[in-house]
Amino acid sequence: MSKMNMIQALNSAMDNMMERDANVLAFGEDAGYFGGVFRVTAGLQEKYGLDRCFDAPINEAAIVAMAIGMGANGLKPVAEIQFSDYIFPAIDQIVSELSRLRYRTAGTFTAPVVIRTPSGGGIRGGQTHSMSPEAFFTQVPGLQVVMPSNPYDAKGLLIAAIESPDPVIFFEPKRLYNGPFDGGAGKALETWGKHPKGEVPDDHYSLPIGKADVVREGAAMTIVTYGTLVHVALAAAEQSGIDAEIIDLRTLVPYDIETIAASVNKTGRCIVAQEAPRTSGFGAELAAQIQEDCFYALEAPIKRVTGWDTPYPHAHEWSYFPGPQRFINAMREVLEA
Amino acid sequence: MAHSEPRFHVPAPHVRPGDKPDFSHLEIPPAGTARRPDIAVPGSETLDLALGLVRVLDHNHQAVGEWDPKLEPEVLREGLRHMVLTRVYDERMQKLQRQGKMSFYMKSMGEEAVAVAAAMALDKADMVFPSYRQQGILFARGRDIVDMMCHCISNSRDNLKGRQLPVHYTWAEGNFFSISGNLTTQFPQAVGYAMSCQYKGESRITASWIGDGSTAEGDFHGAMVLASTYKAPVILNIVNNQWAISTFQGMAAGASETFALKGIGYGLASLRIDGNDFLAVYAATKWAAERARAGHGATVIESYTYRADAHSTSDDPSGYRPKGEADAWPLGDPVERLKNHLIGLGQWDEERHVALEKELDQLVIASYKEAETHGTLHDGPLSPVQSMFEDVYAEPDWRLRRQRRDLGV
Repeated sequence: MSKMNMIQALNSAMDNMMERDANVLAFGEDAGYFGGVFRVTAGLQEKYGLDRCFDAPINEAAIVAMAIGMGANGLKPVAEIQFSDYIFPAIDQIVSELSRLRYRTAGTFTAPVVIRTPSGGGIRGGQTHSMSPEAFFTQVPGLQVVMPSNPYDAKGLLIAAIESPDPVIFFEPKRLYNGPFDGGAGKALETWGKHPKGEVPDDHYSLPIGKADVVREGAAMTIVTYGTLVHVALAAAEQSGIDAEIIDLRTLVPYDIETIAASVNKTGRCIVAQEAPRTSGFGAELAAQIQEDCFYALEAPIKRVTGWDTPYPHAHEWSYFPGPQRFINAMREVLEA
Repeated sequence: MAHSEPRFHVPAPHVRPGDKPDFSHLEIPPAGTARRPDIAVPGSETLDLALGLVRVLDHNHQAVGEWDPKLEPEVLREGLRHMVLTRVYDERMQKLQRQGKMSFYMKSMGEEAVAVAAAMALDKADMVFPSYRQQGILFARGRDIVDMMCHCISNSRDNLKGRQLPVHYTWAEGNFFSISGNLTTQFPQAVGYAMSCQYKGESRITASWIGDGSTAEGDFHGAMVLASTYKAPVILNIVNNQWAISTFQGMAAGASETFALKGIGYGLASLRIDGNDFLAVYAATKWAAERARAGHGATVIESYTYRADAHSTSDDPSGYRPKGEADAWPLGDPVERLKNHLIGLGQWDEERHVALEKELDQLVIASYKEAETHGTLHDGPLSPVQSMFEDVYAEPDWRLRRQRRDLGV
C-alpha cells in the first residue's frame, strides 16, 4: 500500500499490467521517452523497452487505427489521446471501426483496445483543454466508457479495462490528477495525501466495470454523478447540511442501474450531474432511465446540474463550471418540489 | 445565375458522356523498360518507378524485362482460373442481384489481376486488409464459394450473421480482415497489424488496398506516416481504377502526377504498375513482400487499371463517362492478356478457355443452388433474430438483455 495521486495510481496500473502481460503496449503523443505530458506513462519505456512504450506521431486517427490493427492480432494496446478535446480526429476509427469490429465480424476479429484520455475542466484550460466529451461515446454500441474519480478507483478500473475483452474509452478527470477538488474557484490545491482513496495497493487488483460506488449514504435525495463532480457533490452536501446520497458512477457504459434505482427508490428525489453541456448529455440518459425505472417512487422532478450549452470558456471558467453553489441551489429546489 | 468561367479551379475529365473515349493523353511506357532495384533500395531512390509504369507483358503478350517473375505454366494457369472464376462469379451475382436475390452487389471486372496476382504472390498467412473490390483474393486463397454466397444473401449460413452488406466479406481462417464500408480506415490498421507481427516475432506481413479516390482521406496520410515512421512490413496498394463512383481520379490526385508519387514524400519505396498485367502485379507484390520480410519497410504500389463496370449495382456510369471506355483502355483486359500470354507459350488454347469458363459458370450456378438451401434474405431462414444482440460485447450487459426482452425474442 502506498500513497499515490491519480497519475501515480494509473502509472502503477500500467506497470503491473506490462509486467504480467507482454502483450500490453502503451503509446501516444509524448507518451514514450518523456512519459506523457501528464506523466502517466513515465518510466515505462525505460523499464520495458522502446517497443513496449513508445511515442506516436500527432495523428489521433492513426494512433487508434494502429491500436486496432495490433489488437486484432492479440496485443492489448493502451493508446493515450493527450487531451480528450483532441479525440475527434479519431472519431471514425473509434465509432465505425473499433466499436463494431466484434459485431461486424460475428466475433471472429476483436480489438480489446483501451483509449486513455484526460478530460474535464477546472484547470484554466480554455475551450481546447477542458472538454468533457464522454456522452459522444456513450451513444456508440460496442464501447465501454469509464471515468474514475480517485486514485484507488483509477488503478483498479484501468486494470479492469486492460483485461476486458472489449474496447474501453477511459476518461481521466485531469483536475483530479493531483488531488480532490470540491469546485471552489481559485482554491489552493489539495493533495491525495490525506484522502482515504489516495491509499493504493502496489500490487495488481481490479474493480468491476459497470459497478457504481455509493460514496455518501443519505436519505434526502440521490445525486448521480461521476468524475470531478463527485467531489463537488460531496462538498455541497457538507456545506448545505442536506443529507444527500451520492453515487459515483465510475462506469458510464454500462452504467449501474441497480445501484441507482435502489437509491432513488429509497430517497424519492434525484439530481443527475455532469460537467459537460446540458443538451443530450449523459445526465439526460440517466434521467430518462431513472424515470422509467423509478417513476412511482419519485416525489419531485429529476433535476440536472450541468455545464452550460456553451463551449468551455477561459475567463469565465468559474461561471461555467458547476460548483457547489449550483448543486446546493438544485438540491433545495428538489427538496421543495 | 450561370457563369461561363469558373472562378476557381475544379478539375474535370476531358471526356464526358456523348464524347468518344480518349486515352491519347496517357503516356504508356513499353513493357520491360522499368528497372528492378534491389529489395533494400532506399524509398527515396524509387522516384523513377513511382512516375513510370512497371509492365511485363508486351503487346505481343510476351513476358519481357527485369520484372518478369518467370512463373511456371501451372502457376499462370492457376492465376487465370482464379481470375476467370472471379469474373464469372461477379457476373452471376450481379444477375442474381437484378433478380432481387440480394440487396446490393459490386463487381471487380477489369481489376481481377490486381487482387488475384497479389494474393498469389503473398503467403497465405499474410493478413490482408482489402477494400470491397478485391474478392479475387478470396478465390486465390481458396475460400468456399457457397460460404461467400451465403454471406451475400445474408442467410442462416452467413458467417457474419447478416450484419454486413453483401461483398463486405470477413474470413478470419483465410487471414482476410473484415471489409469496412468506411473508406481507407483499414489502411492504417494494416500498419498496426504489421507492427504486431514484428512484435510477436512472426514472419507474416500485411497488405492493404484502397482506391484512387480514397487516397484523399486523412487515414491515407496516417497510414503513410505510420508505415514510414515505424518502417512497418506492409504493402500499401492504391488501386487506381480511374473512377471513384462518378468522380474521376483527378479529384483525388490533384496536381500529383501519379498516386505512387505520393509515397515518395514519405520516403517509402513506391511503384506504379500495370494493374491489368498479371505478371507485373505478381512481380511487384513479390518484390514488396520480400522487402518487407527482410526488414526494409513498406512499399506503396499504385496499380494502374480501369473499373470496367459500374461502381455497384446502385450506380449507372452512363451518366458520367463515355460508353466504351473500358474497351478503349490502353492496357487492355487482364484476363485476355494472361490468356493470350499462356496461348503464346503453347500452354493454353481457346477451347480450353471456353471449357474453363463453362466449368466455372456451372460451379457458380451449382454453388448458388446450394447456398439458397440455407435461406435467402427475403424468404429466410436468416440467423436467429436474437443474434442481433450478440457480439456487441463479449457478454451482453443489462441494456441489451432488457432490449432483447422488449423485442420479445
